[in-house]
Amino acid sequence: MARSKELVPGVGRLSRSQVFAARALYKGPKKSVQPAAEVPADHVEKSIGGEKNGGKRLVPTTKAPRFYPAEDVRQPKKSRKTPKPPSLRTSITPGTILILLAGRYRGKRVVFLKQLTSGLLLVTGPYKINGVPLRRVNQAYVIATSTKVDVSGLQVDEKFNDAYFAKPSVKSASSAEEEFFEEGKPKAKEPLAASKAADQKEVDNALLASIKKTENLSKYLKASWGLSKGQFPHQLVF
Amino acid sequence: MTESNFKRFVEVGRVVLLKSGPHAGSIAVITEIIDHNRAMIDGPTTNVPRQSYPYKHLTLTPFSLTKLPRAAGSGIVKKHLEKENVVEKWNKSSWAQKRAAVEKRRSLNDFATFNVMLAKKQRVDVVRKALAKAKKA
Repeated sequence: MARSKELVPGVGRLSRSQVFAARALYKGPKKSVQPAAEVPADHVEKSIGGEKNGGKRLVPTTKAPRFYPAEDVRQPKKSRKTPKPPSLRTSITPGTILILLAGRYRGKRVVFLKQLTSGLLLVTGPYKINGVPLRRVNQAYVIATSTKVDVSGLQVDEKFNDAYFAKPSVKSASSAEEEFFEEGKPKAKEPLAASKAADQKEVDNALLASIKKTENLSKYLKASWGLSKGQFPHQLVF
Repeated sequence: MTESNFKRFVEVGRVVLLKSGPHAGSIAVITEIIDHNRAMIDGPTTNVPRQSYPYKHLTLTPFSLTKLPRAAGSGIVKKHLEKENVVEKWNKSSWAQKRAAVEKRRSLNDFATFNVMLAKKQRVDVVRKALAKAKKA
């Protein structure tokens, strides 16, 4: 049916004989090349000791159930859906300056580094300039500007993947009593891991060098973006 | 007959600015008046083809070709335009320059707009300091 596209429902573009020719059915039915996977033997020979009844027996590898199920259990359908691979807007390339539109850092201008396998964008402020750390953002909540930072000298480490940004599992309070008295108190702030702070510095140092080369670019990244009266995002040029 | 207070008229030879359509923003010349709503215009030096145009979508400029005959073809219009240097005069006028500046400003990207903002701030700072100095003296 793929070759013979439907003109109207039920009527294909090609006739039956044309499809026959197109599919090259006159060569005979197509054979699948893959050999059948080896089926594990369903019986195993076992030797059994015993005076009168010893010998060898064929024993099934998987035991048959002792009862038939009283009720039929429906087999759930196997899902054949697979997630689509993430896409990236053509206006976003490594080094593009993005404007964040949502979240804690909304209005900030940040530098795009790479896209992660989940489809989220890895960005950094750099932290030293505008306080935005290495962070994942959704590209739907981002405006891509035409300004780019040269990142040819920057090698983004493979360790920056989705797992790197995953929340660590929260430890439960050691005892019920402690938990009871802890309620209402502000949570103790956990300091950022030293390794993450070092990672941030390493990425930013390379970026800062190239940002310095363009006049006012550092000021631009430091300033936050917003709309004033009479400005409409669809009329602006980014 | 008393003299009119109006300075610009719809007349053959009047240079007009197009306000809409594919040639919006460029200038042309009225070559013939069709009726109360439309005129023939032509802009051989500004890439505006000879066509009828509603007055609604035209703005009269202070320039006009003084000796253009009625219903002149593109060749004659071109000759008169070049003789009277109308396009150059238009480009030099503050009206055209302001339009160009607005267009330039709108086409700037986010970073360029930011740079303009910084430059303006610097200018204001210089003016403010000079004014303070002058006031003191």
